Amino acid sequence: MDLAQLTAWIREYARVIGENAQHLTDLDAAIGDADHGINMERGMSAVLGALDEAAPADMSALCKQVGMTLVKSVGGASGPLYGTFFLRMAGALGTGDRVDAADFAKALRAGVEGVVQRGRAEAGDKTMFDALAPALDALDAALSSGGDLAVALADATVAAEKGRDATESMVARKGRASYLGQRSVDHVDPGATSAAMLIAAAASAFATGG
Amino acid sequence: MKKLINDPADVISEALRGMSVAHPELRIDHTNRIVYRSDAPIRGKVGLISGGGSGHEPLHGGFVGQGMLDAACAGEVFTSPVPDQMLEATKNVDGGAGVLHIVKNYTGDVMNFEMAAELADAEGVTVESVVVDDDVAVQDSTYTAGRRGVGATVLVEKIAGAAADQGRTLSEVADVARRVNAASRSMGVALTSCTVPAVGHPTFDLSDTEIEVGIGIHGEPGRQRMPMQPARAVAELMLDPVLADLDFSGDDGVILFVNSMGGTPLIELYVMYSEFAAILDKAGVRIARSLVGPYITSLDMAGCSVTLLRADDELLRLWDHPVNTPALRRGC
Repeated sequence: MDLAQLTAWIREYARVIGENAQHLTDLDAAIGDADHGINMERGMSAVLGALDEAAPADMSALCKQVGMTLVKSVGGASGPLYGTFFLRMAGALGTGDRVDAADFAKALRAGVEGVVQRGRAEAGDKTMFDALAPALDALDAALSSGGDLAVALADATVAAEKGRDATESMVARKGRASYLGQRSVDHVDPGATSAAMLIAAAASAFATGG
Repeated sequence: MKKLINDPADVISEALRGMSVAHPELRIDHTNRIVYRSDAPIRGKVGLISGGGSGHEPLHGGFVGQGMLDAACAGEVFTSPVPDQMLEATKNVDGGAGVLHIVKNYTGDVMNFEMAAELADAEGVTVESVVVDDDVAVQDSTYTAGRRGVGATVLVEKIAGAAADQGRTLSEVADVARRVNAASRSMGVALTSCTVPAVGHPTFDLSDTEIEVGIGIHGEPGRQRMPMQPARAVAELMLDPVLADLDFSGDDGVILFVNSMGGTPLIELYVMYSEFAAILDKAGVRIARSLVGPYITSLDMAGCSVTLLRADDELLRLWDHPVNTPALRRGC
């Protein structure tokens, strides 16, 4: 994974969020407060604006810029959570312009650990963690059995989307959806949905850019 | 959607512009969307800031002024402000005695204020945070994000603001704020949903014959949908869980706060007040003070909330302390 691919990932994620903003907001209207798509779209447009203004020189600087921009522009819970994800990735990535698959996986893991620390979410709480955790496990499994990053990210995408779909039957225990108790069942979690998009965007950016 | 707006994207900045013209005693940072009292920071006084998503007006910007908040940060509609805003406000209201953050218990608000407090700490400003969580509609705090901060937020801001105005220390002001929160319980119902300007249609569907019971303040559905009933029955199903949650029968009585969600007129609030008063009378709870009106709203939602605060001598004295803000003014 190099700087160009990482940049392509961010741009691809912004495109997917823009395309699905209404869908994310609709999911949020059912169990939250109807703003997840609007907020993520505002944040990712700000990220693109910052990228166009000054392209960061290395992978760590890129992740830091993305994280800071998200914290500044998104608000709600998604801002600190996605912001912390990228800030922790920035801390784990070196200042080089290329890392190997194992180091990239480690950086993703650091990002997800940041999300857990900030949001105190556990598996099964019906949050973005329910898409991210299985994605990282699938990524690590593919890499340790000798797969390359493209294959591993494709596996991670399948796992993230499975994790996202599994949130449908869960009772929310974190975030605004938790106030609904049993009424949160039968709805896919909007945060898990945007998190699965994040992994899918990485896979497609790496496949086309690599 | 029929709203008195120009462009949904401009609602917050244009409302803040209107506020600054209507209330020259406030100073508004339009870039950071922060409402300040114009004489902040006040040397030696604990600074009080709050903030949250917009759409709850007059909360929080309308409560900036003498005897209440020093600054309020406005987020997008129903979306927490960001740490940068809170940090900026914190630094600008610190008169050397530290700053109290009053945070409503929502995942986003708590996380953003937490990040802001970490940043302020790194810059040498002492910050204490009080999280308001008075909503009895959230029954199971272990398996949820915890009880939501609703009506008690107004009471915390008023009473802690008075304590700060009297020159108490940061830890004393924080203690008073926590005491108000611990002695307050609230419950809300919605007769209609609300419409977020950027979304353009109601957040949830509710027929003419139904009400949502146990709502928050963001148009999120409540715990339960019930058939519409006369005010007397609605008052009972609102106040019963409040009275069951805390003993309000102390000698000093309660502060009874009946709040409109935005779309319910005052005449209906007073009908509800009368029903609440009758229930309290029967339960042996004395009303010491009252607040009736739209103070913590949910855009154009019709409905109301009720908050009881178990009072004592000190809290009542602080309640009666002069306050001078756009939305709450007396004794000044």
